[in-house]
Amino acid sequence: MLDRVFDLYDTLEKQRIMLSFKGILSPELVTALLGLVERKMEAIEADPRIRKRVFNVVMECLQNLYHHNARIGLNENGEVKNDEPQGVVMIAHGERGYSVLTGNFMANGEVEGLKSQLDRVNGCEPEQLRDLYKETLNDGRYGKAGGGGLGLIDIARKSGHKLEYGFVPLDEDNAFFSLNVNVNA
Amino acid sequence: MAAILLEGTPKTPTVSFDDNSGLLELKGRSIPENSIEFYKPLIDWIDRYARDPKPKTTLHMQLEYFNTSSSKCILDVFKKLELVRTTGNEVTVLWHYEADDEDMLEAGEDYQAIINLPFKMIQIEEVDNSGA
Repeated sequence: MLDRVFDLYDTLEKQRIMLSFKGILSPELVTALLGLVERKMEAIEADPRIRKRVFNVVMECLQNLYHHNARIGLNENGEVKNDEPQGVVMIAHGERGYSVLTGNFMANGEVEGLKSQLDRVNGCEPEQLRDLYKETLNDGRYGKAGGGGLGLIDIARKSGHKLEYGFVPLDEDNAFFSLNVNVNA
Repeated sequence: MAAILLEGTPKTPTVSFDDNSGLLELKGRSIPENSIEFYKPLIDWIDRYARDPKPKTTLHMQLEYFNTSSSKCILDVFKKLELVRTTGNEVTVLWHYEADDEDMLEAGEDYQAIINLPFKMIQIEEVDNSGA
């Protein structure tokens, strides 16, 4: 395990990861991570619009991760149940801007719904996204997190890029969902 | 009824709802995990206020960040204020946004397009986040 510390460090360095976290995400930890993102962005990004967009995307991604989570983890013996949601978040800073990467386990039963939401958002041009946002805002439906489908639309609006995503099947109950959101500098 | 005064936290805004002056204010950040829980007492308050409102009600929105979990709750605040207006009272929303924050201006315009209340967009230097 010890020799892998350098490999991990090297990988994070090469991928230009400015922040990474893997583990259990309590509301307090989300607050702490957001505070960290805010301070880092203030130090490295001069444009306040970009700072705010990255902060917004991280905030929505973390809250998605918090709410749409199978609450399981993996160890050497396989799947373990957690009371708290678990996941991974990384922010990379490259020449062209920022990438917010998140990943978490979710129930297979929710995969199709999420995939169709992502594809719908990715099929929209910026003005259509704005219309879809307003329409969803005013549809009177509340999801369990309160936003009722607004999260991904907002992420896509702030990003200005198509959302990159993938699902890795784990077993008959769960899959690993990963999302990459780019924000141009 | 009693006024609502809540100090801001890193995830919730400063709230000042005063039924004596008709001045309502949300300021700072609204990014809690569970917005419905946070906004319910505020929406209930406006519900009661709407029964005997001041002839002039002004809502100051001065947010630096809000999450999509708060978006629908904020819409509900506006919808309750629409009721105040339909009974012949004056209601104005002052939507503040920081000079460089076109996304926040757009967010205000999105509400304006949905809600039947007069909005005024006000550019400011910086959201006063000292309460948080």
